[in-house]
Amino acid sequence: MEITKKDIEHIAELAKLELTDKEKEIYGSQLKDILVWMKELNKADISKTEPASCSLGAENVLRDDIVEKFPDTAALLNNVPEKEFDFIKVEKVID
Amino acid sequence: MNKAILIAKKVKSGELKAADIIKEYLERIKEKDEKINAFLEVFTDSALKKAAEIDLKIKQGKPVGKLAGVPVAIKDNMLYKNHKMSCASKILEHYVSPYSATVVEKLLNEDAVIIGRTNMDEFAMGSSTENSSFKNTKNPLNENYVPGGSSGGSAAAVAADMALISLGSDTGGSIRQPAAFCGVYGLKPTYGSVSRYGLAAFASSLDQIGCFTNNPEDMELVFSVISGHDKRDSTSSRLRQTKKEFDIKTVKIGIPKEHFMDGLKPEIKKEFLSTVQTLKNLGANIINISLPNARYALPAYYIISSSEASANLGRYDGMRYGLNSKNADSLASSYKLTRGEGFGPEVKRRIMLGTYSLSAGYYDAYYIKAQKIRTLIKKDFKKAFKEVDIILTPTTPTNAFKFGEKSKDPISMYLSDIFTIPANLAGVCAVSAPSKNTDENGLSAGMQFISNHFNENALFPLMGLLNND
Repeated sequence: MEITKKDIEHIAELAKLELTDKEKEIYGSQLKDILVWMKELNKADISKTEPASCSLGAENVLRDDIVEKFPDTAALLNNVPEKEFDFIKVEKVID
Repeated sequence: MNKAILIAKKVKSGELKAADIIKEYLERIKEKDEKINAFLEVFTDSALKKAAEIDLKIKQGKPVGKLAGVPVAIKDNMLYKNHKMSCASKILEHYVSPYSATVVEKLLNEDAVIIGRTNMDEFAMGSSTENSSFKNTKNPLNENYVPGGSSGGSAAAVAADMALISLGSDTGGSIRQPAAFCGVYGLKPTYGSVSRYGLAAFASSLDQIGCFTNNPEDMELVFSVISGHDKRDSTSSRLRQTKKEFDIKTVKIGIPKEHFMDGLKPEIKKEFLSTVQTLKNLGANIINISLPNARYALPAYYIISSSEASANLGRYDGMRYGLNSKNADSLASSYKLTRGEGFGPEVKRRIMLGTYSLSAGYYDAYYIKAQKIRTLIKKDFKKAFKEVDIILTPTTPTNAFKFGEKSKDPISMYLSDIFTIPANLAGVCAVSAPSKNTDENGLSAGMQFISNHFNENALFPLMGLLNND
C-alpha cells in the first residue's frame, strides 16, 4: 500500500484542509499504517453479506413540510465571524 | 458519596436548599479542579440562578422535578442556550449555543442544575482527552494517568465529586472507557433511545448520549429523564423499553470466549473472573458464547466513524460560525485555511482517513466493506441474545495509561476501545460498572454489561445487585 505525497494532497483538497509539508508527511505515513491495519478486514467472509448503514432498522420519518421560524435569529447572527447588517460576509466568490 | 436521588428528595422536602448544594459543589470545583482540569467552564451565575429558582418554587409550594437541585456537568459537545460550546476545538472556541439540546432541556425541566461544561477529546475523537485543544484532564484516582476519553472531563467530574451526574457521548466507548478508568458508572443507551438533537455530530450512526454516575440508582434515574422519542431527531426511536420482572435466578449471562485475548491485563482478567463468580453465587446462569466477528469491529469502526466524521465536519467552514481564518485571499483558500488552522491533529487525521475511504476507487474496498462487517456484528449479537439476556466483558483490556504513553501511535490508542466498539456498531445498550478492587497504582477497571436493544431495564437491577453485594 503506497500513499504518495500526491495522494495526500488530493485527499486534503477533497477534504478542504490546508496541510503543511510536515503534516503531509506525518499523515501520509500514519494513513499508510492505518490502511495496512485495515487489511485485517479481508479475513472476514462477506461474500454474501449486505452492507448496513445503521445499527437499528432505519425507517423513513415523514412530516408535513411546514416552515417553523427559529425563535432567536440574533443568537444565530451573533456567531457569524464577519457580517454587514444581517448579511454574512465572505470572500469574493466570482472573479 | 452523595446520591443524586437522595439529594433531590431532600431538596424537594425542604430539608436541603438547592442553593446550598450548588454552592458546596462550586466550592469543591474551585478547590479541586485547578489540579484535575475536568471543566472547560463553570457556569457559576446560571447555576446559582437556577438553584434560587428551585428554592423559590419550593417556598411557594410549587412542584419541582425529579432532579431538583442536582448539580450536573455536561460534555462540551452539547448545546445549552446562551452558554459556550466548543467541542474542545479551536474552530468552535467562541461559539455560543443559540438553543439547548433536547437532553439539556429535559434535565432543566426536571430542575437539574447545569454546573459547567467538561473537557473532552476534540470533537469526541480520542480515548484519553489528550486531544483537547485546551488542556489535559487528570484521572482523579491517580493524577499521573489519563482519565480516558473522549468524555474524560465528565468522568473525572463525577469521580472527584465535582458533579453528582454528568452527561457524555459514546461513539465507540467514549462513556464506558473513561468510566472504567475513573472508577464510576457509565451508561451508553440503545441507539435511538436518547435524542441527539443539539449534540455536535461526530459519527451520526453511532453517537449516543449517556451518563456518568457514582451509583446504579442515579443511572436509572438519569436515563428515565433523558430518554424518549424526539421528533427533532429523525433517528430517535418510538420503541419503548422492554418490561420484564428481574430475577437473578432466571438471568442468563453470556461470556464471549473471544475476549480472553493476549492484550488483556492479568489483573483485569482476575477481576473479571471474580465478577463472574459473584454472579454465579447470586444464582445467575453463566453461559459461554461466541461473538466471532468482534475481532473485525475495531478497524471497521474506524472506517465508518471517520467516513461519517469527514462528512459531518464539512459544516465547519468559518462562514456562519466558528473560527474564520484571517489569512485567506479567496473563498477556496478561506475554507482550507480555516479548517487547517482550526482542527487539531487527530481530527485532521480522521477527516483524511474518512475522505480517503469515501473517495472514488476506494469506496467499495473500505466503506462498503466496513458496512458489511457491521452486518456481521449485528448478526453476532442477534444470535447471542437468543441465548442470553446480558453479555459480560471487561470494559477495557488495560487500566488507565500515562500521559503521552499512546499519543504518538494512533493505532495503539484506538486499541483501548476494542471491547466497547461492538456495542456501538450493533446499537445495543451497555454499562460499565467499576471494579471492586483497584490496582497497585490506585486505578480502577470496568466491567461491561451489554444487553439487547431497549433492554436497559435489565441492566439497572443487575448493577444494583452487584453494587450491594
